[in-house]
Amino acid sequence: MANGNKTTLLDRFSNLDRRVIFLLIALAVIIPLIVNYTTYIPPSLIVQTLFDKVEDMPPGAKILISFDYGPSTVPENQPMANALVRHALEKGHRVYLMALWPTGARQSQQLIEEIIDVEYPDKVEGEDWIHLGYKAGNQGLINTLMSDVKAMYTTDIAGTAIDEFPMMDGINTLRDFDLILALGSGFPGTKEWVQFAGDPGNIPVGGGTTAVMAPLLFPYYPKQMVGLMGGLQGAAEYEAALIERYPQLSERSRIASTSMGPQVTAHLVIIAFIIVGNITFIFERRRSRKY
Amino acid sequence: MEGQPFLASPLASAIGVWIGAFMTLMIFSFLYKDNPFYKFAEHLFVGISAAYWMTVAFWTTLIPNLIARLWPSQLGGVLPSAVGNQVEWQYLIPLLLGLILLTRLVNRIAWLSRWAMAFVIGFAAGTNFTRYLQSDFVSQIHNTMVPLYEPGRTAGVTIGSIFSNLVIVGGVICAIIYFYFSKEHKGTFGRAARVGIWVLMTAFGASFGYTVMARVSLLTGRMRYLIEWASGQSW
Repeated sequence: MANGNKTTLLDRFSNLDRRVIFLLIALAVIIPLIVNYTTYIPPSLIVQTLFDKVEDMPPGAKILISFDYGPSTVPENQPMANALVRHALEKGHRVYLMALWPTGARQSQQLIEEIIDVEYPDKVEGEDWIHLGYKAGNQGLINTLMSDVKAMYTTDIAGTAIDEFPMMDGINTLRDFDLILALGSGFPGTKEWVQFAGDPGNIPVGGGTTAVMAPLLFPYYPKQMVGLMGGLQGAAEYEAALIERYPQLSERSRIASTSMGPQVTAHLVIIAFIIVGNITFIFERRRSRKY
Repeated sequence: MEGQPFLASPLASAIGVWIGAFMTLMIFSFLYKDNPFYKFAEHLFVGISAAYWMTVAFWTTLIPNLIARLWPSQLGGVLPSAVGNQVEWQYLIPLLLGLILLTRLVNRIAWLSRWAMAFVIGFAAGTNFTRYLQSDFVSQIHNTMVPLYEPGRTAGVTIGSIFSNLVIVGGVICAIIYFYFSKEHKGTFGRAARVGIWVLMTAFGASFGYTVMARVSLLTGRMRYLIEWASGQSW
């Protein structure tokens, strides 16, 4: 307390109850969600390059998408997966879904139920897309797939023999895929795909990771990765590129974009608190020197 | 719906949504202060997670990668694709290594588990070492060798790209100088090390910013879930 028993604004800020911060952050997230506040995030170079890679491949290209995450990072990773699969199917590519995480197989199943079955009912399982499911082994699995895919995946996730699917013709090793897209949130994930498949096999690898992981993977771009979506922002950028090229998706492919409104407001609140905290610190230091 | 399993019914789905919502609120209640509801949700989460991962490991690793190799004919009702396969006796080695890992539970013979651990660590080190060396060391050095100026090349060369490449090259060199302690950080060398500190601080700041974005994304996901639950959209 300064000046006897009188409480100054400085005292209020320096003794601010942390629950006030929690409440303001909660409001900063909830209000934009309720009023549906969205912001346009233009695609950055690293995301646009990834988009262009998928866009420029001829229809029928073989794209392996690995779901290396679980429910805890769905708000970040699932919008990436949705946008990538929509894009691949719009272009007429063949999509192979697999997972290095046991929880990832459930996420790809959710994507099939919510996106492929609903929006692309004309796409045929086994010809346009296939769900290979999860296999244990982490980076060891990638190593094995580099030499023999069908040794590990003898069936699809439902137990149907792999040779019964036309789209598996000509798929013997990872080198037979035109692009690997790894969606990760930790180990094993995108990094392992670069280390154990992309680099040794000279296979184009791209994908997306949680924002926490993104700074660790950016150095791989552009020589070791064709592009990368970093967190929710990366997903929103990919959605923006997708909608610009395929306007018919503007109503459907917006989950990441609508989540960027709360990001902006929450960040503004955090920045405000950082500024207020620093000003309070400076004034407190001056006051302590004075007395 | 008649004939539909209960767990696939809309009622089961609605119950799941309500349980998820209450669990989320219980966890959030910790932000106010520690309380029994938070403790209950936390313990439930830890228990379910442990059980889930144990079950997953059993069915996705032990059954297909060990039991199906050693006793394929016994798995008719579990893994029909394994029935008829040849027994692969070499899988007795991982079985043995797996069993001796459990000797850690008996003090007198706990030393035996070191053999299995040595195998695990040796395998991980062996597979990772070469890949890290190639992808994160040699290739990263290569990635840093970017052209600052290419005589005769104009396509794709902008002031921005030249500046960006200068920052990459200069930043990496200065950051490495900061970690070079065999020479005193004085004069030009010291100034370069100081720039290295700024480069590191900038990288840490960017990393922290991304972490904040990640946490807000997860909060947004939970809030969206709660809003859809409260408005009845999700059940």
